[in-house]
Amino acid sequence: MTFSSQLEARFDKLLKSYPPGRHRSAMVPMLLYAQDEIGSVTQELVEEVARRTGTTPLQVEEVLSYYSMLHRKPLGKAHVQICTNISCLLTGGEDLWDHACAKLGIGHKEVTADGQISLEEVECIGACSWAPALQVNYDFYHQVTPEKLDQLLDSLRKLT
Amino acid sequence: MPYNEPSPLEVRVLSRRFGLPNSASIETYLATDGYVAFRKALEMKPEQIIEEMKASNLRGRGGAGFPTGMKWSFVPRSSPKPKYIVVNADESEPGTCKDRLLMEYDPHQLIEGMLIAGLAVDAHAGYIYVRGEYRYLIDILDRAIAEAYHCGYLGKNLLGTNFSFDAYTHTGAGAYECGEESALLESLEGKRGIPRIRPPFPAVVGAFQCPTVLNNVETYCAVPAIMRDGGAAFAALGVPKAGGTKLTCLTGHVSKPGVYELPLGFPVDKMINEVGGGIRGGKKMKAFIPGGSSCPVLTAAECEGLTMDYDAMAKKKTMLGSGGVVIMDEDTCMVKVALRIMRFYAHESCGWCIPCREGTAWLRKILFRFHDGMGRREDINLIGDLSKNMLGRTFCPLGDAAALPTISIVEKFRDEFEAHLDGKPCPYEHASQLVTA
Repeated sequence: MTFSSQLEARFDKLLKSYPPGRHRSAMVPMLLYAQDEIGSVTQELVEEVARRTGTTPLQVEEVLSYYSMLHRKPLGKAHVQICTNISCLLTGGEDLWDHACAKLGIGHKEVTADGQISLEEVECIGACSWAPALQVNYDFYHQVTPEKLDQLLDSLRKLT
Repeated sequence: MPYNEPSPLEVRVLSRRFGLPNSASIETYLATDGYVAFRKALEMKPEQIIEEMKASNLRGRGGAGFPTGMKWSFVPRSSPKPKYIVVNADESEPGTCKDRLLMEYDPHQLIEGMLIAGLAVDAHAGYIYVRGEYRYLIDILDRAIAEAYHCGYLGKNLLGTNFSFDAYTHTGAGAYECGEESALLESLEGKRGIPRIRPPFPAVVGAFQCPTVLNNVETYCAVPAIMRDGGAAFAALGVPKAGGTKLTCLTGHVSKPGVYELPLGFPVDKMINEVGGGIRGGKKMKAFIPGGSSCPVLTAAECEGLTMDYDAMAKKKTMLGSGGVVIMDEDTCMVKVALRIMRFYAHESCGWCIPCREGTAWLRKILFRFHDGMGRREDINLIGDLSKNMLGRTFCPLGDAAALPTISIVEKFRDEFEAHLDGKPCPYEHASQLVTA
């Protein structure tokens, strides 16, 4: 499997980051960075990461099933992650979640028919003092109101 | 000031560079006493560094509050194995969002803290374990690390001495459990984040089975100030047995939520009303979580005369925790709060210890049923009993973290559970929601 030159450079650096014989340490970062580039953790990627980290595909699968950000199916181009944990709950996070589900007609970990947007109700994302908060892919949105969410979802729908 | 306006009541030591132009750059850092503490520490013996840390009364800022100087002193410096510095930047405790700012606005302060810890325990490499959701911080940290290499603050023979140190970032991929020290170390080794049984503690057998200093971001970020101004000066900012300042995240039903750096021992009442601008909408406070969702909940009455420090919180049978303060007003449904907290722990339980795996899952089901108006009177005691049976019966504190707030809510807000009995709808849900439901 080949990746972009930036990702290959990142992998080279990663494998040099750990003590000798500890290539396995690079497994989780490698899976996440590769998933960002190819969209999901494919069987081919599992085998590739196993090869590069000196592990077996089974060991990779055992690890990937543990981490909630790693997923085997592709998500939407914009993955909208709405926090409903305690600080967001108190400031309207659940309303945002219900609103997004109703507007897009999809639920938890589902993707719109055009593949543009996926939704996920997530646990605390570390934006508690600027709640309610959400992330689109890795970008944070703070103090989100239903109106702001509407505008955001509309703009994400138009993305090509 | 980023994200929220600063408060005049703050004592800004760790956050002193927040809001400066290009505060994350090494130029800004060097122009504001950056790496001065490291230069000073290079002249000191490791024992002197640890003594200074002990004198500072700095206690771990991740939640457990263990004295940092003592933790460092447990590392067997004479061990032939390499030693490691590991930064817990897996900030995931609900209510907590302070390490994010420390890394975003002042990454060099963290790197300098790691360097000084490296000098103290003879470590030559450090890893910053950053939660996967904080990708932008990895980019900021990687840039800062590259700058530090370029300017000779990382790499070989630093500042003409024989001390060498390398620093790396390592991303997690979504797992609260990896904020627990031993699970973090497993994750760093490319495994599922499952806790290790202790002893041995990470100080002796940590990263890659070698002696390791593992502290929270905020703990390392306090180190440069301690070395620069002296342990005694840092200690004097706080209270006896808890030195310095604490980044406190005000969240929930408060008028001015935000991250504020307050001295240890700051009065809770003043924090809510003067720093936080009081309860939103002029309402009354019902409940208070001092430091993240793992802490037992306090009632408004219990907060009277209370101060934000480890021992004062321990006297109230709760914890200062991570600094994630959650403030709940009089219209908050405490059954719903208990349910949401339990949903979180059930989701995050790694499944290794049965009391936690089964306990959180069943408690989530019972609380869900209860909040839906289908609870039975005997369930109230069952919730308390199940929680108590998790306490102290797991390898890591996640089981306790799920049980402690639940026990406190059942004990202190029993009437709210009773108000949900006999098929009655939740008395706190908005009328509009009931119509559409």
